[in-house]
Amino acid sequence: MTEAVIIGVGLHPFGRFPGKPALDMGADAVRLALADAGVNWPQIQGGYIGSYEVANPDAIVGRLGLTGIPMRGVFNGCATAGTAVALAARAIETGEHDLTIAIGLDKHPRGAFAADPSVAGIPSWYGQTGLFLTTHFFGMKINRYMHEHGISHETLARVASKNFRNAAGNDKAWRRTPLSPEEVLASPVLNYPLRQFMYCGPNEGAAAVVMCRADQAHKYTTTPVRVRATALRSRRLGAFEVQSPSFPVGEPVDSPSVDASRDAYERAGIGPEDVDVAQLQDTDAGSEIIHMAENGLCKDGEQERLIAEGATEIGGRLPVNTDGGLLGNGEPIGASGLRQIHEIVLQLRGTAGTRQIPGTPRVGYTHLYGAPGASAVTILST
Amino acid sequence: MTTAQRPVAEGLFTWPPAAAPLRLIGSECRVCGLVSFPAAATCVRCASDDSKERLLADRGTLWTYTTQDFRPPSPPYDGPETFEPYSVGYIELPGELLVEARLTEPDPDKLRIGQDMRLTLVPYTVQDDGTEVMTFAFAPVEESTEIEEEAS
Repeated sequence: MTEAVIIGVGLHPFGRFPGKPALDMGADAVRLALADAGVNWPQIQGGYIGSYEVANPDAIVGRLGLTGIPMRGVFNGCATAGTAVALAARAIETGEHDLTIAIGLDKHPRGAFAADPSVAGIPSWYGQTGLFLTTHFFGMKINRYMHEHGISHETLARVASKNFRNAAGNDKAWRRTPLSPEEVLASPVLNYPLRQFMYCGPNEGAAAVVMCRADQAHKYTTTPVRVRATALRSRRLGAFEVQSPSFPVGEPVDSPSVDASRDAYERAGIGPEDVDVAQLQDTDAGSEIIHMAENGLCKDGEQERLIAEGATEIGGRLPVNTDGGLLGNGEPIGASGLRQIHEIVLQLRGTAGTRQIPGTPRVGYTHLYGAPGASAVTILST
Repeated sequence: MTTAQRPVAEGLFTWPPAAAPLRLIGSECRVCGLVSFPAAATCVRCASDDSKERLLADRGTLWTYTTQDFRPPSPPYDGPETFEPYSVGYIELPGELLVEARLTEPDPDKLRIGQDMRLTLVPYTVQDDGTEVMTFAFAPVEESTEIEEEAS
């Protein structure tokens, strides 16, 4: 089986762009990725494209060129972009295409997501009575985790502060005003123990990644980034997952993030100790803390010390969310995981500017988690 | 004068309150024994479609909790326009399951993981004709005792 490598990345800024359709943001991201790869749209043989708000994201070909190639729409909650990347890589690995693209784009209205619970297979009363909020899960999961593993409110604030600080050095990020941990702790509680500045917000943006066969990469670039593994998992019975009216008692069952992470490390032949830089789903500050352990990057409870020591800062031992993560960038669902890949590619190329981590990073890691309990992991290397 | 009340959904908990002790209505798989709430026609463990009704325990312990400090988007939320913060949590019903519910205590500082909780009903909203719409909730045991005393 041949290997897929990334030869081009493109990112439309994340934020609010009144009057600009998601398809136009997506087309801009694609053009940036094509230019970065040094290829033209007619050379692309197939694509995977994800969006929550755009019913037919494959309509983007009308902005790029009607070349007749297969464009497959994918949607997998907050794991959408990870799924698009995995499928684009798989098309190369299996020999279907030599040159593929993964695209994500979205344009969400302001505020928390509102939806009919029935579309998630959940009864109406759950929404009517005020239980159908993903933010409840994040508040409850970190509250339990803090109780079990000795994580403090100050550590939650440090994570948020770090991500806003990183975003301040990223001209494509949405929230670029640095906030001190004290300022984060002074913001109103939304879902205890999580406060306003500990949550990301739905917003707008797009990203794209061009891939080719490893044995053809020399035609396009001197710095290909290898796709070492992609993995996707859904929730198992007994795991504590978002929007669950109930779940079984008994021995704890691992989250899909743990399952996807283990699978990805095994496929890559790379261990968590080899990871130089990571992008973890930080829907909220608590999620970043939990996901450090769920992705094998530390043990449960070690986060309190690691974060206090600055290990997850850009200059630290394990930089996490160097571009500001979801907290700094917001979350256009379809594009979010491709933004993560964009940042890892810049870091591995050594072209991340003021956000560049020191040394010569070789292995990068990305992770997504979302409703109804889906997780996607990608491991990249030079 | 008695205020009219109705449950937010049929088959969720025993109703009317005077007819039987208050319990949540779950189901139990006749093949593998998995307990589910709300009652489920098919089992998510063994995929059997053979289940029976099971009334769940009305006591448990608080496994985790959070607060709701902003009015949820409507729809689907159909609570009062005038928003009062509330709490939600998971209550562990030993040997059965962990159930998500509203909590009667809105102050997170008065809640703690592991505390004893008891099932109750709350009028989470009032319709235009004055009918109270009831849903299930869990109350700290000390608090629910006080409510009973007030009611008696």
